[in-house]
Amino acid sequence: MRQVNVQEITKAVKEAAITANFDLGADLLAALQRGEQEEESPSGREVFRQLLENARIASQERIPMCQDCGLVVVFVELGQEVQITGGDFEQAIQEGVRQGYGEGFLRKSLCHPLTRANTGDNTPAVIHTEIVPGDRLKITVVPKGGGSENMSRVFMLKPAEGVAGVIDRVVTTVRDAGPNPCPPIIVGVGIGGTFERAALLAKKALLREVGSPNPDPELAALEDKMFQAVNDLGIGPQGLGGRITALAVHVVMQPCHIASLPVAVNIQCHASRHKEAVL
Amino acid sequence: MSKTVKLTPPLTDADVLALEIGDRVLVSGVIYTARDAAHKRLVDLLAAGKELPVDFKGQILYYVGPSPARPGRVIGAAGPTTSYRMDSYTPTMLQLGLKAMIGKGKRSPEVIAALQQYKAVYLGATGGAGALISQCIKKAEVVAFPELGPEAVHRLEVENLPTIVINDCQGRDLYELGIKEYRRTAETGDEAVACR
Repeated sequence: MRQVNVQEITKAVKEAAITANFDLGADLLAALQRGEQEEESPSGREVFRQLLENARIASQERIPMCQDCGLVVVFVELGQEVQITGGDFEQAIQEGVRQGYGEGFLRKSLCHPLTRANTGDNTPAVIHTEIVPGDRLKITVVPKGGGSENMSRVFMLKPAEGVAGVIDRVVTTVRDAGPNPCPPIIVGVGIGGTFERAALLAKKALLREVGSPNPDPELAALEDKMFQAVNDLGIGPQGLGGRITALAVHVVMQPCHIASLPVAVNIQCHASRHKEAVL
Repeated sequence: MSKTVKLTPPLTDADVLALEIGDRVLVSGVIYTARDAAHKRLVDLLAAGKELPVDFKGQILYYVGPSPARPGRVIGAAGPTTSYRMDSYTPTMLQLGLKAMIGKGKRSPEVIAALQQYKAVYLGATGGAGALISQCIKKAEVVAFPELGPEAVHRLEVENLPTIVINDCQGRDLYELGIKEYRRTAETGDEAVACR
């Protein structure tokens, strides 16, 4: 068994939380640059220009790119040959979030759902752990903004609705969201599984590099169709009207029950923040 | 044809009546912040017949919950939050003489009607441009409800904060009209062609 100390986990989560909020990924930067070139709407181009400038300032001045520094979602792939030592695994992750949001001057955006009292340190993070082969521990830290999360949906379709039904729900979700989730957006689509699994697949779909093709040709074709359909809505950057409403549509699919067709649409704003650490 | 206007509160009826959807507005001077939690406090104070911590007559309200300032800095990131969460409180705020709100995202039909009734406008700032907008903020202090943390009411001094008129005093909506020009969906295809 390979040993990983919880202190390493805390440190990795802390650093990932901080850098995710300051440094936009190269894939997103490239997508924004493309958008500035390709958008037909003048106000849309101005939005792209502002977002590129925003990313530059955030990175140079170490200011969060968005004041909504998110609820932290942590995806863990824990190798089955790894032994966690020195303390509690999940507490180590929460401690990393706590330290990162304190030391990074990041906004603490978590509260009691009913009293609305702030938890004060942006914990608890939502942690999804998978046990995988190998002796590595991969941690992906995903600060998720509230505005785009609020516009996300889960649908339980009748199987007869098929592909057309799935596309319709994706387009409807994006149309109803309009300017609210800070377009240009990334659309994560989870198809299949169960009610809760579809939502998880949709969130995982957001992690794929923007601009990279889906390895499954069938899903790549479906993504193209959905991408075209959502951009035909004309919502455009910030909802001011334009050709580029979505920078990408990513689909993840798995088998479902013969009676069901679960579809989840997780909307991600242009500040698509995720950083990975492998221990 | 849209124009660029520089505005500094307090604003008059004439200031806002001159604005049309699509106009660029650069906001300077003193503005106040509030999100939903602060709106609730304000409306509760009014209901209890108590005095408000700020006189909103002629003022601009910015829907923002900034991230904490680093030592030596004025403020952290400070972009707009989604405005619909404030919709139920907005007619009351407009009744107090509020002249403009800065946020992002759609407003309700009730808010759009209230903007016409009370002569006020809704301005959009770029959502997710929190670092960029922070550069326009020269001074920040909490003036009410400090216990709300980022949701406290702040008094900000701003310089040329870039916004665009989304809803004007004539009941128009830039989100509706802007999209029509670029929409290519089957059921509205003819309309899209007609607009081009």
